[in-house]
Amino acid sequence: MTTQIIRSEWTKIRSVASTVWTLSLALVVTVALGMLVSALTRHGFENMREQDRLSFDPTYISFAGMGLGQLAMIVFGVLVVTNEYSTGMIRTSLAAVPQRGVFLASKVAVATALALVVGMVTSFLAFFLGQALLGSLGTSLGEEGVLRAVIGGGLYMALIAMFSMGIAAMLRSPMLSLGILMPFFFLISGILGAVPATKKFGQFLPDQAGSRIMQVVIPAGDDTPYGPWGGLGIMALWVIAALAGGYLLLRKRDA
Amino acid sequence: MIEAVGLTKRYGDKLAVDNLSFQVRPGAVTGFLGPNGSGKSTTMRMILGLDNPTAGTVTICGRPYRELPNAPRQVGALLDAKAVHGGRSARNHLLCLAQLSGIPARRVDEVLGVVGLHDVAKKRSRGFSLGMGQRLGIAAALLGDPQVLLFDEPVNGLDPEGILWVRNLMKSLAAEGRTVFVSSHLMSEMALTADHLIVIGRGRLLADMSVKDFIAANSAGFARVRTPDTEPQQREKLTSVLTEAGAHVLPEQDGALRVTGLPLPRISDLAHEAGVRLWELSPHQASLEEAYMRMTQEAVDYRSTADQKAGLMQPLPPGAEPPLPVPGQGQPGWYVPPPPQRDERASAPDTAQSSGTSGRPAAPAEQPSAPVAASAADPADSAPSEDAR
Repeated sequence: MTTQIIRSEWTKIRSVASTVWTLSLALVVTVALGMLVSALTRHGFENMREQDRLSFDPTYISFAGMGLGQLAMIVFGVLVVTNEYSTGMIRTSLAAVPQRGVFLASKVAVATALALVVGMVTSFLAFFLGQALLGSLGTSLGEEGVLRAVIGGGLYMALIAMFSMGIAAMLRSPMLSLGILMPFFFLISGILGAVPATKKFGQFLPDQAGSRIMQVVIPAGDDTPYGPWGGLGIMALWVIAALAGGYLLLRKRDA
Repeated sequence: MIEAVGLTKRYGDKLAVDNLSFQVRPGAVTGFLGPNGSGKSTTMRMILGLDNPTAGTVTICGRPYRELPNAPRQVGALLDAKAVHGGRSARNHLLCLAQLSGIPARRVDEVLGVVGLHDVAKKRSRGFSLGMGQRLGIAAALLGDPQVLLFDEPVNGLDPEGILWVRNLMKSLAAEGRTVFVSSHLMSEMALTADHLIVIGRGRLLADMSVKDFIAANSAGFARVRTPDTEPQQREKLTSVLTEAGAHVLPEQDGALRVTGLPLPRISDLAHEAGVRLWELSPHQASLEEAYMRMTQEAVDYRSTADQKAGLMQPLPPGAEPPLPVPGQGQPGWYVPPPPQRDERASAPDTAQSSGTSGRPAAPAEQPSAPVAASAADPADSAPSEDAR
């Protein structure tokens, strides 16, 4: 039963153009922006302040495109779920799979697997190309914490997509979901995490906590109360909450 | 077999479906009729377990849909032909539905052939016409070769050839012993397709009977009688003779008479005795459309309240008689068979429906151009003639 649904969801996801577009955009934007920032950093390194040079994190620099690239991942996650609602296909799907939990789980599983593969490829590509452009400033996978950070980058992207799917399952409308998620991850979360007054709360937001895993060098004076895996765990809790909310609403609601 | 018991669905303070109980039996096409917004689609969604009823239950083969083992192999449904991702090809759309219920991919190509879409199978469904979309929806319903089929407005947007195809498809599916439940607001189509009718209005059950019984119970036959156009006095003479014999006579637009309450041979005899020549004497049966319209008149949710002709009417000079109604133009009550005249002598048994609440004197001979139904044309009164109902 479940394998049938997973196969069907795979057919659904591969047969629409938006999948290819959003995922390739996520990859291209993340890698290209990471390369650009890496190249600029290498040229500007001499002019950097001493303090910044000490806490220089070549791994994190090559992930500089993640902030923008994750937006394409969000679009992917939102569209995978809301396509069902905006087309009305959800009725056909739920008539075919009356077990709504299994339906949502299969959909999320297939989309997450795809997002994870693309996220990993993106993360490794961004790392290697970024390090190549950083030249002598660069690091390698063998250094302590670097492999964790690169794998973490792929996990981060997959979790962002999952979180978006959960939110979209609750909201159903693509415009509403994107209208909330895009500004939140692009602006609001960053502001909340940077302003001292809200930082205590902001650092527990999913992207703030999750992106911790991509850092190898912890800046001096950083008092974040969680480590790399702890941060990713916090993000995973957000994802579970979003998906649980989506599931509860889907189960209760009229289709 | 679909069985609904006390099915009720409430949206906020609006009762979409109100205590609906019915059975849909296998081996017949059951038409599900009702005006827009009468709760047809809501009922369909509840049958499929998509919407939860506020009260009551609906079961398929004795079980609620969501508890059916491998439901798509037992029940096929067309709910909304537009419910397709426009960027997905027809074949892929059906393929993902087939995979959901473990139906092999060759069945997809099979149903594409059945509905005549094999040539456009690889095309994106965005470019499909409404008719092609309906065919794709029907293909999806047929995928699992189910014993129970539900179609919500399947002929919408189809060309005559397509309508004929759907009609034959429904009939052949029913002939194979399947349960076929088709919703429509097209009465004329249901008359040709369905064996049994379930009519609802404002969420309530109005009728649950065979098509034949439905017509018999809801319509009265009438005779059209035409006298020579050149001799109007013959017409008046016949009118008074027939009225005396207990018939109800209603002049029609083109000068013919609509006679109810007398069998045809009797009309002919009376005309012969009165020495009136006839140019036409023909039997008519009210159509399913008429019966349906009359039944649902009070249950229509969305009806234009504007009298489209109100602005065009000249105010009538005092004493002038209102013009005759034009059949089918803005007068929902025009087709209503006139009430038999109970105060006259015995009326024919086939129109024994007692609705003779008309307070008018039953003497059309005295005012031949202002019969009962003419009140429907009164420009000040846009409601259908209450007394004629």
